[in-house]
Amino acid sequence: MSEAAMMHPAVEPAESPLTPESWGKLGMWVFLAGDAMSFGGLIVAYGILRYGSSNWPVPSQVLGINLTAFMTFLLICSSVTMVLSLSAIKRGDRSGLVKFLSLTILGGLLFLGCQVYEWTHLITERLPEVGFSFPSHLFATTFFVLTGFHGMHVSGGVLYLTCIAIQGVRGRYSAENHNPVEIVGLYWHFVDLVWILIFTFVYLV
Amino acid sequence: MATTGAHAEPNYIGVFWWLLALTILEIAVIYMPLARLIIVILLVGLALSKASLVALYFMHLKFERVTLGVIALTPLILCVFLILMLLPDIS
Repeated sequence: MSEAAMMHPAVEPAESPLTPESWGKLGMWVFLAGDAMSFGGLIVAYGILRYGSSNWPVPSQVLGINLTAFMTFLLICSSVTMVLSLSAIKRGDRSGLVKFLSLTILGGLLFLGCQVYEWTHLITERLPEVGFSFPSHLFATTFFVLTGFHGMHVSGGVLYLTCIAIQGVRGRYSAENHNPVEIVGLYWHFVDLVWILIFTFVYLV
Repeated sequence: MATTGAHAEPNYIGVFWWLLALTILEIAVIYMPLARLIIVILLVGLALSKASLVALYFMHLKFERVTLGVIALTPLILCVFLILMLLPDIS
């Protein structure tokens, strides 16, 4: 409520905030809605190009799904550690916050390591072997654009989480002040959510 | 959706097991001897279920105000619109 409204109780605020905890949280939600449109546009473009193409491989046979199933598992685990870190700081447990945030960062780094391995294997061996090399075929182009865009988000998320973890080590957060942890959590869960969709639409369908 | 504020903490580990089970089910579906269309419908349904679990419980959307849920759903609606607009180009 604005200062003027508090001084004059008869004056009702024109609107109540959607996220009374912090405006930053609403800002993150609006950013994520925009970002979801970026991913949505890319996924829809992938689907339309695939549907309109007469020469498209079966992705699960070309790409392999064992490693990516493991990567999905990693991101789901890191989402759990993320909510546990928020849960810890809500109880005022600072060491729990740092411990679970570190595990979340580790999950993100392992995911990126797996993606680097996967891309290297696909670019140098698998795709030339099956005749769908990048950038000569739309299958490879759409695959690398989509997974690369997501990988950039994971990299950004790892950096963002690291900044929050450093602040956590410095004792900046407490049971009363934990909004930045919740906001970074929203971003990280979004990255997990998008991967769930990419795993299904790009690797399984 | 309830109003924003203090709420009982969801069972995060329970949600984790659901996500894991649905992922295993997704991988099993692609090896099932079913028609292609059925497999695609099942996969899309499972993926949207998993995405909803993450949004509702991990992102706490279940406990936020309805309008925030509308903001979160808008991209999905726009994507469906985008698909419908593009389909005539390839059919």
